[in-house]
Amino acid sequence: MAIVPNPHKTTGVLGWIDDRFPLTKLWKDHLTEYYAPKNFNFWYYFGSLALLVLVNQLLTGIFLTMHYKPDAAQAWHSVEYIMRDVPWGNVIRYLHSTGASAFFIVVYLHMYRGLMYGSYRKPRELIWVFGCLIFLCLMAEAFAGYVLPWGQMSYWGAQVIISLFGAIPVIGPDLVIWIQGDYIPSDATLNRLFSLHVIAIPFVLVGLVVAHLIALHEVGSNNPDGVEIKKHKDPATGIPLDGIGFHPYYTVKDLVGVGVFLMIFLGVVFFAPDGGGYFLERPNFQEANPLVTPEHITPAWYFGAFYAILRAIPDKLMGVIGMGAAVVIFFALPWLDRSKVKSIRYKGWMFKTALALFTIAFVLLSYFGMQPPSEIGTLISRIGTFVYFAFFLLMPIYSKLDKTKPEPERVTYEAH
Amino acid sequence: MSNQGVDPGRRRFLTVTTSVVGGAGAAAAVWPFLASLKPSERAKALGAPVTVDIGKVEPGQRITVAWRGKPVWIVRRTPDMLESLPKVSDDLRDPQSEEEQQPQYAQNETRSIKPEVLVMVGSCTHLGCSPTFRPDHPAPEIHSNWQGGFFCPCHGSMFDLAGRVYKGVPAPLNLAVPPHRYEGDSTIVVGEDPAGVA
Repeated sequence: MAIVPNPHKTTGVLGWIDDRFPLTKLWKDHLTEYYAPKNFNFWYYFGSLALLVLVNQLLTGIFLTMHYKPDAAQAWHSVEYIMRDVPWGNVIRYLHSTGASAFFIVVYLHMYRGLMYGSYRKPRELIWVFGCLIFLCLMAEAFAGYVLPWGQMSYWGAQVIISLFGAIPVIGPDLVIWIQGDYIPSDATLNRLFSLHVIAIPFVLVGLVVAHLIALHEVGSNNPDGVEIKKHKDPATGIPLDGIGFHPYYTVKDLVGVGVFLMIFLGVVFFAPDGGGYFLERPNFQEANPLVTPEHITPAWYFGAFYAILRAIPDKLMGVIGMGAAVVIFFALPWLDRSKVKSIRYKGWMFKTALALFTIAFVLLSYFGMQPPSEIGTLISRIGTFVYFAFFLLMPIYSKLDKTKPEPERVTYEAH
Repeated sequence: MSNQGVDPGRRRFLTVTTSVVGGAGAAAAVWPFLASLKPSERAKALGAPVTVDIGKVEPGQRITVAWRGKPVWIVRRTPDMLESLPKVSDDLRDPQSEEEQQPQYAQNETRSIKPEVLVMVGSCTHLGCSPTFRPDHPAPEIHSNWQGGFFCPCHGSMFDLAGRVYKGVPAPLNLAVPPHRYEGDSTIVVGEDPAGVA
């Protein structure tokens, strides 16, 4: 059967493939002929860095799984075995554990970029929704992963988090037993969290990342000015006037970001792998003991803000609902923002103040979520919780009232 | 095969019925997977509630039963023992049992359902040793205000006769009261809450 020659006129091996599989088409659509705005700044590194960290987690995870034993009696010792006896095992584990924290740092900054430049606004609502789902997966993945070494904080952290479901009326206590597969967190719990951590969640996560990118490449990237580059296209070629091919322009730019990121990341991996007790908490250097509660159970730093919201609300069920709402509310953002402009550059003082207060609240909540309960901590957490939710819930009002500046027609850009 | 054209009503009917039957089948197929996450028979056997007859426990006597691999003490406290509880309150870290170390129905002065019957998990909240029962008092070698209680030989943590922890010892929390309920007057089921309590 004669094959219709592929439109790219490629020959040889590539031509043979292109006749049968859209390789050149994919390459062009997503790299060389994916036109991204030319005014990307510092904040646009974190998307590709998130991808890099994801690859790091998958690779190191595969190798850790080759030595790890998902068994309550052996898990902790198998991690010690990886650390002491497996050649380079300690480095692979530290890459993975530091990678978890790096993932959250990079993703939080990536989300913050979205907040600043209105990247969630029409027509990018679905990119944002997929992103929020990725964030949910990431939280589940991080939680499950933290339990696997079966140290004291693994065990008691699992106990605290799973018992949150017990606050649900009527079905709560049975639900907790169902989740644990036992009456206390045990071997059954560890084993199923292992399954979720290495199979189920990564599958979903990678699928969502693909969906996130497909949606992005369908509508095109936002930029620091929040204006659509597709409004001004070269009449001859149909290419946006302010767009440049993702490859080579942004691949090269992102490589610089990768270089700087790896210097910092590997610096932590090699010289401070426990991140000062924040990346790997000290009680997790002791094996899980169901009979002994650590003096102070702290969440990993990236859950601090949500844990602080949980503790700030005096009622247990309301606390759990508040904590859940604090995550879920991100999904609603595209429909809460009623501003005429997307980017913070052209928004008025109200949005800027709201975002500044939200930022301060998030940082304070994260800090106090990791501290032992105290009166001042509770007070600040309560104010922080209020500010956190007010940022979202009042947004339809203040974003509409806010006096915005006129957006430029084209992106602002100075050649350098 | 007929060439009479399409009967849309018939086609819709078939589509809907096939979808409903297929959907029901798919929903039913989910059940084994969800059910497989429930505690296994082994877990249930190891974690089952324990029924204890306390009819023969004399006032002042303690018995120990095993529940989920942990020792559970049952003490029938004498009136003297109950009167001793308020006497030590000032020396305790959490005299009002504010920390969630007991079910709500045992969050009271005696930390029990029936004042005289103490049911408690016998592992120290410090490092999990099992404290010894020391109803004898005074015992100045333990504490100047010792009215009887539990003394942990490992690191010297002290608890009163309601399992409340003394100040200045390594154990941070009161001893835990497990969920339990009465089945009749002298039978306790350890591991189950009373009916109607979640």
